[in-house]
Amino acid sequence: MSSDEMGSSAGVEVDRMAGAVPEPGSVKSDPILVADRVRRSFGGLTAVDVRRLEVQRGTITALIGPNGAGKSTLFNLLTGFDRVDQGDWTFQGSKINGKPGHKVARAGMVRTFQLTKALTRMSVLDNMLLGAQDQFGERMAGAFLRSVWGRQERANTVRALELLERFKLIDKREDMAGSLSGGQRKLLEMARALMTDPAMIMLDEPMAGVNPALVQSLLGHITSLRDEGKTVLFVEHDMDVIMGISDWIVVLAQGQVIAEGTPSDIRSNKQVIDAYLGAQDVDEAGSADE
Amino acid sequence: MDLVSILAESTRSAFGPIAAIYALAAIGLNLHFGYTGLLNFGQVGFMLVGAYGVGISVELFGLPLLVGFGVGLACAFLLALLLGIPTLRLRADYLAITTIAAAEVLRLVYRAGFAEPLTGGVYGLQNLSDGFRSINPFDPGERYGWGALAYNGNHMWVLVVTWGLVAVMCGLVWMLMHSPWGRVIKGIREDEEAVRSLGKNVFAYKMQILVLGGLVGALAGCMLAVYQASIQPDQFKPQVTFFLWVILLLGGAGRVFGPVLGAMAFWFLMNFTDGVLRGLGSMGLLPFLDGPDYGAIQLAFVGLLLVLLIVFRPQGLIGDRKEMLINVK
Repeated sequence: MSSDEMGSSAGVEVDRMAGAVPEPGSVKSDPILVADRVRRSFGGLTAVDVRRLEVQRGTITALIGPNGAGKSTLFNLLTGFDRVDQGDWTFQGSKINGKPGHKVARAGMVRTFQLTKALTRMSVLDNMLLGAQDQFGERMAGAFLRSVWGRQERANTVRALELLERFKLIDKREDMAGSLSGGQRKLLEMARALMTDPAMIMLDEPMAGVNPALVQSLLGHITSLRDEGKTVLFVEHDMDVIMGISDWIVVLAQGQVIAEGTPSDIRSNKQVIDAYLGAQDVDEAGSADE
Repeated sequence: MDLVSILAESTRSAFGPIAAIYALAAIGLNLHFGYTGLLNFGQVGFMLVGAYGVGISVELFGLPLLVGFGVGLACAFLLALLLGIPTLRLRADYLAITTIAAAEVLRLVYRAGFAEPLTGGVYGLQNLSDGFRSINPFDPGERYGWGALAYNGNHMWVLVVTWGLVAVMCGLVWMLMHSPWGRVIKGIREDEEAVRSLGKNVFAYKMQILVLGGLVGALAGCMLAVYQASIQPDQFKPQVTFFLWVILLLGGAGRVFGPVLGAMAFWFLMNFTDGVLRGLGSMGLLPFLDGPDYGAIQLAFVGLLLVLLIVFRPQGLIGDRKEMLINVK
């Protein structure tokens, strides 16, 4: 299974990963997310069958794989947006499998969506404020006590405006989210996710449908998240993007983890190249394509 | 044809007790659909349990009216839970199917023979407003108001109380929707997955709003029982729900005063078209129509007006066109 020996090049990456072995199911020194035997099938098709996956705290981990590899399904399972057939996973040491999506988010693992979900008929600022946690005014009875939630609302607004400033959406704060461009919606979704103050942020294809100029700025935002100590797990197709910013790459094919490693490990991994470009073996190429 | 008296009569009904009752029920529907996007096609079911809560408590058990209101609201609470628990986790259409069926099933059960000892079956229940009229500050023998806009003492009392309730509910809706709670609710209307991903328990919010809107609908039913002093199951047909939808769309969904203006405009139009048709008929201009046919033609006429409204003013009377034009998702 494993191809290269550990401790390859590129000083920074090795440092963050603390010398994790580049092989499927590799053990990390400080994992924030640990998944064990996660399985999900739709009828006869096994979409996800991950034996073990650990995500190192404070890193950018990319999840890649050909179409139909089960990346989005795994994402949905881990974040509580889909029901799992079997499997256990822990986040920051506590079990979160079987928890619904909103509880996973409250635990500090927040996600974005492949098809951006801006709340279109609400203002950009309202979108942001929705991300704030533990709001007294979000309880039905609490809603009537403006004097109680007003103070919290002001504090949240200050934080929301700071984030909008950082994501260069400050001028749009009063606009309806539906009037934003596709790229701006991606930025808004990311900013809104940050509003929940997560420990880990899961980005489902953050670059899809974003123009090249904005890709650079999105990448900058993602790296700055890591530099603030947050963990990022993201699904992406664009190989250049992945190789450029990831500390660690997990490759899925047909629902299984077929390889793990630093970008340089992955680049030279024969199995990955086969999965992506089609193997010489006719049989394998046919099924990897589904 | 006396156009002035038709206009006067239409205006009178726009401010009358029935318009107020429909406004109240439409406020509940506005909470469901206008703010949360829940497709409730059975609002009349909530009105029915409210009305029968009053009817059964007051006529059968001789309980005070206020207890009747309590029973009606409690029934609506239970109904909302029964409807919501199985369907609110599913796609929006399931609630729509379930509510329309449940409301009709309720009507059929309440009118069925086996329920007659309790509900009066097809005959319904009578003598329901004695308690309400005993505290009437208006003199039933006198007329209040100006000219054509005058109501007798009993109707005036229902009118004042119901419009008062409408005002209170508008205030309540305004406060809720201008709070962080209302923000979550509107977020759910836009995209519930996104709201869930931000750590909100979407199911609990939908349940709360289903119960709340249902209670407001039941309150309208209670007032209907009090206003008419009698109730029959067959006045709770599905068309009431669709009148409420028309009212909501006419006034503007997702606006605090949408259902209020909608109810007034709707009952104005209903009476106006009816008056004009009858006027034309009495002048011999509609020789192909008999008396009972007017009702059918009149509904078609109202339908036509609504089509024109949707074409030229899709946001309703006080909706925000800008908001309408934003493409959802």
